[in-house]
Amino acid sequence: MSGTALDPKTAPAFPIAARAAMKDSQLQRNVHHATQVIQTKRARVVAEMADWQELREAGEHIRRHTMEHLDFYLQEFEVNCARAGGIVHWATDAEEARQIVVGLVKASGSDEVIKIKSMTTEEIALNQALESEDIHPFETDLAELIIQLGRDQPSHIVVPALHKNRKQIKEIFQREMHLADLGDRPEDLADAARSFLREKFLHVRTGVSGANFLIAETGGVCVVESEGNGRMCLTLPETLITIAGIDKILPRFEDLEVMLQLLPRSATGERMNPYNSVWTGVHAGDGPQTFHVVLLDNGRTGILADWESRQTLHCIRCAACQNACPVYRQTGGHAYGSVYAGPIGAILTPQLQEMHYAQSLPYASSLCGACYEVCPVKINIPEVLIHLRQKVVEQNAAQVSSSFDIEALGMKAMAVTFRNERRFRAAQRMGRAAAKLLPRKDGWITWLPGMLGGWTQMRDLEEMPQETFRDWWQKREKDDR
Amino acid sequence: MTVETSSKLEILRRIREANHTSSGEEAARNGWRGVPRNYKRARVHPQEVMLDLLVDRLREYDATVIRSDHDRIAHHVALRLEERGKNGLVIPAGIPASWLSVGFEFVRDDGLTFKELDMLGGVLTGSTLAIAETGTIVLQNLPGQGRRAISLIPDYHLCLVCTEDVVETVPEAMRRLQNTATLATTFISGPSATADIEMTRIKGVHGPRTLDVILFA
Ligand code: SF4
Repeated sequence: MSGTALDPKTAPAFPIAARAAMKDSQLQRNVHHATQVIQTKRARVVAEMADWQELREAGEHIRRHTMEHLDFYLQEFEVNCARAGGIVHWATDAEEARQIVVGLVKASGSDEVIKIKSMTTEEIALNQALESEDIHPFETDLAELIIQLGRDQPSHIVVPALHKNRKQIKEIFQREMHLADLGDRPEDLADAARSFLREKFLHVRTGVSGANFLIAETGGVCVVESEGNGRMCLTLPETLITIAGIDKILPRFEDLEVMLQLLPRSATGERMNPYNSVWTGVHAGDGPQTFHVVLLDNGRTGILADWESRQTLHCIRCAACQNACPVYRQTGGHAYGSVYAGPIGAILTPQLQEMHYAQSLPYASSLCGACYEVCPVKINIPEVLIHLRQKVVEQNAAQVSSSFDIEALGMKAMAVTFRNERRFRAAQRMGRAAAKLLPRKDGWITWLPGMLGGWTQMRDLEEMPQETFRDWWQKREKDDR
Repeated sequence: MTVETSSKLEILRRIREANHTSSGEEAARNGWRGVPRNYKRARVHPQEVMLDLLVDRLREYDATVIRSDHDRIAHHVALRLEERGKNGLVIPAGIPASWLSVGFEFVRDDGLTFKELDMLGGVLTGSTLAIAETGTIVLQNLPGQGRRAISLIPDYHLCLVCTEDVVETVPEAMRRLQNTATLATTFISGPSATADIEMTRIKGVHGPRTLDVILFA
């Protein structure tokens, strides 16, 4: 039922995929519209928090601290979850995780599962594995349902079908749900999804979910959602299987007070999303009586081992960086060839591939810094991008030396620049002044002098905007007040 | 029961190698205390302002909110049911009899099937607490609130919140919840909604499509 999964191993390089995406003007309009709406909402609910920077500060520290003690917290989680009746499994890679989950579903005696949106299950291509064993996965999140029925792929980590507009969604639902008279008001479409899935919720005996947070102190799991499909999958089946990256750990229940403020405001621009569920193991007479958690490494410990980019693991998957990214907003998500698109995808995907694939992704950025400014846990994405570019260059240098060396030098200079905010702003202004001399008629710069020469041998650089994103953003926030 | 599988040992080994050390309880606890928490953690508004804030936030999510005195609850429950065209509601064990208005049928949940909950179409519950700043109501598996399915499957939820259980901020709520943190807990902020279609918030997908709140003193 599902289409070919986005696979960084076989996806075309970003510049090639992006060029194709940019020819699709409908896609561009959809992505532009949706990201614009989210960004406006986010800005409004962030601006009303006088302590936003303090929350970000706490968020960053909690995440960093967790990574430093990850071995302890994972074991603490396992002990507490097991004490409450949960069963914890460990999977070193995607293949092992798929095997575990397929085995557990079979053991539950069900040949259907209802699923909550989970990027981790997309990452390990779980649906394909289930289908090849004749187990039918039903996606229940509205956006994931649109993707599944449309044999499409997710293009955004919070709103996976953001690249589709209501007309396109209507066509998919009409065809797949056999509803000839379906209207295209969002209400009609939501109603159609409600009736389509209601029976499944009430009858399917096995549920599969991801997790937003695993709480070490209590062994509890937290899932954040909007529609109630999550609550259905977490509450009604007899067996629940949760798949979570080892990075999803939070030390204590109390730490949710930071994350539950940062995440909804950053992700959907809401003060709080409609539903958060927290459960701990098995609750007698309430919800699934068999509960499994699969803890997934799949490249995460490799990221942890790289001290300059381990902050990638701090990500809480809010997608604010995607919405803010001028590159993502032009290309949409599919061009990244990975379920993780946008700035977070540009740093996470190649690292999950141990830098063997997706090497073009660290270049899928203008290094404007917008992602860093909106990140609720203060991940310095530009810094990581530059570090990864350096890694790509070093890798390639072994094979093709000369054209990359110049860039490696340039990257080192940029890394220094990025660590200092004032220097970064000055460099942006200088870049803009210099860029005036160079654009081709179509606005693309194909030749750059000096230090960055190596760069344009590899790729075109888009003309720098007159006003940096940073300047524009600050002005805009002022105007809003 | 925990099992030492080879994958578990391998993942822990990789983490320790990456961190150049292995962590233990004391180091983790000490490190955790070092997290700076300079964000707002206590109430700043007087009680009435805070309650108004809660009402505003809930209404913004499209919930209907009624303020009531304790001895007028049954009266307001009846008014809500009339307005929503309901003859009765599902109730969990532990709902005070004084909340239940005469002339309506209240079906106690003694293990109703999902199908029955779906047919019954409405539920009345109490709540553990509410957070004014975010317009959030917290339900737990406790007397008067019940198991999670009853506030999920029926299409209509009438929820009672006591003003004493209202806090202003998320951190205050988490502190109050700390001792019951392992109960099944649901945070509800408005009726079910989605923004998956062109980022427009549309009310009502799979959870209850209508949420009425009676805030009583
Ligand atoms: S990197 Fe930051 S902004 Fe981007 S998704 Fe992760 S937490 Fe959100």
